[in-house]
Amino acid sequence: MSDRISRADVSHVARLARLDIEESELDRFTEQLDAILEHAAALDALDLDGVPPMSHPLPLTNVFRVDEVVPSLDRDEVLSQAPAAEDGQFRVPPVLGESQ
Amino acid sequence: MSGAGATAIEIAAGVRSGERSAREVLEQHLAAIEEREAEIHAFNLVLADEARARADEVDAAVAAGDDPGPLAGVPVALKDNLCTRGIPTTCSSRILEGWQPPYDATVVSALADSGAVFVGKTNLDEFAMGSSTENSAFGPTRNPLDTDRVPGGSSGGSAAAVAAGFSALSIGSDTGGSIRQPAAYCGLVGVKPTYGLVSRYGLIAFGSSLDQIGPFAHTVADAALTLDVISGHDPRDSTSVPAAPASISEALGAGVDGMRVGIVTELMGDAMDANCLDAVRSAAQALEAAGATVGEASIPAALYGLGAYYLIAPAEASSNLARYDGVRYGMRVDAANTGDMNEATRTGGFGDEVKRRIMLGTYALSAGYYDAYYGSAQKVRTLLIREFDAAYADYDILLSPTTPTTAFKFGAKADPVSMYLCDLATIPTNLTGHAAMSVPFGADADNMPIGVQLLAPALGEVPMFQAAEALEAAALSAGGAA
Repeated sequence: MSDRISRADVSHVARLARLDIEESELDRFTEQLDAILEHAAALDALDLDGVPPMSHPLPLTNVFRVDEVVPSLDRDEVLSQAPAAEDGQFRVPPVLGESQ
Repeated sequence: MSGAGATAIEIAAGVRSGERSAREVLEQHLAAIEEREAEIHAFNLVLADEARARADEVDAAVAAGDDPGPLAGVPVALKDNLCTRGIPTTCSSRILEGWQPPYDATVVSALADSGAVFVGKTNLDEFAMGSSTENSAFGPTRNPLDTDRVPGGSSGGSAAAVAAGFSALSIGSDTGGSIRQPAAYCGLVGVKPTYGLVSRYGLIAFGSSLDQIGPFAHTVADAALTLDVISGHDPRDSTSVPAAPASISEALGAGVDGMRVGIVTELMGDAMDANCLDAVRSAAQALEAAGATVGEASIPAALYGLGAYYLIAPAEASSNLARYDGVRYGMRVDAANTGDMNEATRTGGFGDEVKRRIMLGTYALSAGYYDAYYGSAQKVRTLLIREFDAAYADYDILLSPTTPTTAFKFGAKADPVSMYLCDLATIPTNLTGHAAMSVPFGADADNMPIGVQLLAPALGEVPMFQAAEALEAAALSAGGAA
């Protein structure tokens, strides 16, 4: 069905990105991602030999600032927005708990 | 103009002189919201009470002999991806629903310090990924000029708020055209400033090397004033320009005599509707009549920008959006262990377009594909910068259509690639980090506005705004849609 990206590839990247894509959605996503990559493949027509990759729009390098102590965000205010917090820390379910 | 419909400059002048009150100005805008917001849905949140309190503060300052600032009493709408302390900020995503940021974005502080009154947080395509505002988790925004049509996106709510008279100004963000395209669709001036001119601190990140904040306004002078207020170095954004930028407002009125204007040949082809191409040609003639010289500029890689963008933007997004894991903010879908909780939260919290881009970006960055996809795309950026630099050796500014078509109807671009093509002419500027803006110039047969794009080199805002001002004057004298 797809030349540039396979159903298995999509399933793999979904897992890497911590997304649970249902079997029934995989075909649709694969087809759509393939169409986008098809568009990106147009870049193959350009001669990019010897062209350096750009990582940033402006040539800013070594941006330093003075290392001075300034107030940071209020801990309680930050934690008040977390789904769960306890003793001044974010609370999460067991990291090594049983898988569903 | 008076009341809702007055320009920001008129409002601020009236409020500062005591001729009108900020409260009275605000009530006129809130009345417009009351009347049409249910139909338009420009806002995720209207801040009527907060705005009234703030307007009264501005009036009290004036009464006490203080100057509240250049935007005194001006109602401003903020895109809902700008952090506002203690006020919900959602990015139009379920995953951030209910989150109240613990700090203000730098632009929000700058506007508040200038006397602005915030009327609400505007709707967007989820995480600013889209070109129609149809991808919002909270429902679409309608174009105030024709409610069967989209307002454009992703800053569709910000564009609609100004077009409907809900606010005199609004702020959006532009990663691939998300200010300029909705400005074109809603008949407004919309600016994507040079990368780094406006601090991104407090703008929820989508594509960090592409994102830039900018204004929507009815007039070029209002957009210039707003940009003057929000631009400048910010120690909290290490990518912000180090030097203080020149005032754009003060440079207005100089005209375009002797200015060299180039039409971008590659952006004048079949992909564009005839009426959008005609508008560019008319705009070029208007600038010529005002004293500019007009020629043709070639950017051979311009049409390849789209392909590069749809590798780079998703790659950066996949990294930026990794932080939404149900641990520190927003929603959580509970599960027996943290890994399952992360996955259930992300799966339930993100919409389809966001998932598509996260997966595409993850793929483009993954082992074995990095060089072919992300690496090539970054080389295209260098190529584009070289080509634009060469064009700017001959021309002060460049012209193109802002969009291939005028505002389309809901559901017309259901397939992702057809939606992406809306940004064909706006994307190259985000890849290069240069400046660009859209100015309304004429209308199509259905009386929907057409936007003409002005492009300038990095920190070339002054000539770009001078040319925009000349186009605005020409559109007004022609009875155009400006």
